[in-house]
Amino acid sequence: MVNGDLMEVSVWRGKGSVGAFQRFGVPVQESQTVLDVVTWIQQNAEPGLAYRFSCRVGMCGSCAMMVNDVPRWTCRTHVGKVIHDGQLRIAPLRNLPVIRDLATDMTEFFDKWTAAMGRHAPTASRADPVAPVDPASASRQAADAAIECINCAVCYAACDVVAHNPEYLGPAALNRAWTLVNDTRDGARAERLRAVSGGGGCHNCHSHQNCAQYCPNELVPTASIAGLKRETARAWWKGTA
Amino acid sequence: MISLPLYMAQRISALIMVPLVFGHLALMIHAIRGGLTAEEILGRTQGNLGWAAFYGLFVLAVSVHAAIGLRAIAFEWGGLRGHALDLATWAIGVGLLVMGLRAVGAVTWG
Repeated sequence: MVNGDLMEVSVWRGKGSVGAFQRFGVPVQESQTVLDVVTWIQQNAEPGLAYRFSCRVGMCGSCAMMVNDVPRWTCRTHVGKVIHDGQLRIAPLRNLPVIRDLATDMTEFFDKWTAAMGRHAPTASRADPVAPVDPASASRQAADAAIECINCAVCYAACDVVAHNPEYLGPAALNRAWTLVNDTRDGARAERLRAVSGGGGCHNCHSHQNCAQYCPNELVPTASIAGLKRETARAWWKGTA
Repeated sequence: MISLPLYMAQRISALIMVPLVFGHLALMIHAIRGGLTAEEILGRTQGNLGWAAFYGLFVLAVSVHAAIGLRAIAFEWGGLRGHALDLATWAIGVGLLVMGLRAVGAVTWG
């Protein structure tokens, strides 16, 4: 397709679980992202279209949607790389309730972050000296490998365990817990390991690696979850689980 | 649905099964060299507490391992929840254990 051609875009419209795809003809432009396409529709064809975005540069994690049935960060996804037979199919993220059109309710996603103790538990106050953290240490390298999560919920939408098990905390929350388990400044390691060991915890992961396949920042939550399984098993043997 | 104690029970039962599976395969290959008859099998197993312990442990590990694995499938694909899920897990585990131990008892003391 060349500039000015019309691509056929199907966009999910509706409230809650009730709705249907609506078709739009959108002009092709150079270096066009999927978010550009959605914005063009909202500004030129359907002002009532609901969707969510903020930074447009892959930092904020708010614009993720299903694009041709694959979860993607739309602001950094070029149309040319994902369009199929001149068609785009854009839908709200899988595994989350829909508020309206392309906007999902992220409440359960962030509630699960809280349930997995995704909040740092400091062992020092601002009056204490800055804690030295060796960047070459094994624990810091493990944390660094998982730290760049932007909370976009692409992994959560990609996860088949989430789809089948609504209690499951999901890859993002567990990945966050793993970074804190490896943070030497954190003081809630035992509680955090217990928080990820319940009925919806890390032990429900089947290691399908869909999260790693689709994470836009190329993180590997499956590896983080495997780390949590190892550490919780060690705690179990020690009797501290 | 799969909490840490269930996860550990499934992993430990898997660890127990690994040498038992190899032992079982080796026994099968050895046992059928000259053909296989019921008399031959019973000749080895009847009154042999060593084989009874070997296969008794095997049955116990299989019962635990399979019940937890099928629990995950019953939850994710079968839609079982709450007490129904726990009941199904126990029924599978106890059912396999009873059937397996009956078979072990039959070839040892039958």
